Amino acid sequence: MPNLKDLKNRIASVKNTRKITKAMQMVSAAKLRRAQEAAEASRPYTERFNAVLGGLAAGVGGSDSAPKLLSGTGGDQTHLLVVMTAERGLCGGFNANISKLAKARVAELQAKGKTVKILTVGKKGRDSLKRELGQLFVGHVDLSEVKRLGYVDAQSIAKDVLARFDAGEFDVATIFYAKFVNVVSQIPTAQQIIPASFDAPEGGEGATTLYDYEPDEEAILADLLPRGVATQIFAALLENAASEQGARMSAMDNATRNAGEMIDKLTIEYNRSRQAVITNELIEIISGAEAL
Amino acid sequence: MAETVQFDLVSPERRLASLLVEQVQIPGADGDMVAMAGHAPTITTLRPGVLRIEGPDGLAEYVVTGGFAEITATSISVLAESAIARADVTQAHIDGMVKAAADALENAKTTFKNEPGPVDDAAKLLADMVAVGDHIGLTAR
Repeated sequence: MPNLKDLKNRIASVKNTRKITKAMQMVSAAKLRRAQEAAEASRPYTERFNAVLGGLAAGVGGSDSAPKLLSGTGGDQTHLLVVMTAERGLCGGFNANISKLAKARVAELQAKGKTVKILTVGKKGRDSLKRELGQLFVGHVDLSEVKRLGYVDAQSIAKDVLARFDAGEFDVATIFYAKFVNVVSQIPTAQQIIPASFDAPEGGEGATTLYDYEPDEEAILADLLPRGVATQIFAALLENAASEQGARMSAMDNATRNAGEMIDKLTIEYNRSRQAVITNELIEIISGAEAL
Repeated sequence: MAETVQFDLVSPERRLASLLVEQVQIPGADGDMVAMAGHAPTITTLRPGVLRIEGPDGLAEYVVTGGFAEITATSISVLAESAIARADVTQAHIDGMVKAAADALENAKTTFKNEPGPVDDAAKLLADMVAVGDHIGLTAR
């Protein structure tokens, strides 16, 4: 039987752990709210942008002069996977789920004989993929210094990706991130960004409005497509940030509850052994008195 | 009073303005244009410049860079990659933008030695940036 002193220490240490996880949960809750607000604030831009770009792309897409970012390079031999994860751990399966999805995609592509290159965003994804797929890495974007995600962060990633595209380093680019559904559920998602794919424009009023274009359709498209890449990356980064905080919040909630259960169990054990010690002492005293 | 039209100014990070206005002067890629209610549907890309909004509450100005404007008879939306209210623009902003444009020009000069296109584009961007600075009274250094 463990002695009383050990049990007491154990209970104290679990109580401390519970305090920490509880605090982390509350911090995540606050950060989640902010991340959600940021995602909400970016939505009007993203939606409008994609609607206009989609309309333009539908108009120009068929012609031979369509920009490469839209029509592709003509091949799909080399794939660039941009894997976006968190900079920090302790957020349940969040990072693991994203890297798992990326790994599955790598295996699938390699089975088809394609060349795969990986660009990681966020430390955790790099760490978890390095052992198996380290030789495929072409770069890493570090966001650990970034306190608040800004559009400039997305722009610099997009710039990197576009420079590689212009240099002919890959044909198809896909981003991996977790879509935020709610606090307990984040869906790891793969989304192709180059060549750009758009949902077919719905046959609403948007499709029937005929616009004048200045300078002209193709010039606008050429100008907007690179920005579209940045916009998509920015949206994904924001989703990812919200997902990370959501995942951390539920992970820490679980941890707090587990710690509570453990404290209850240990307390019962502590009380039992204390009672056993008392009973023991009583028996000794009584039998001593009887012997007189 | 003149007819008003719904105007939205959004950047990737937030919605900066959403109000009814009488007219908006947009720094289009091919030159400034003024949009009012009943304008023909137009989409134009933006050059770095100053966006002037004339609404019932008076005049508002924003320095915008990159993006596009979508104009229909009943609404005007400007989607700018970055938009800052004119009063909030500081010398540091202008210096930063001019420096970025100058770097891009240098970069273009070395990367595209035999293609004048990208170099000219970068030079125009730099000139636009400097013009913005002059316009609002902050001289680029």
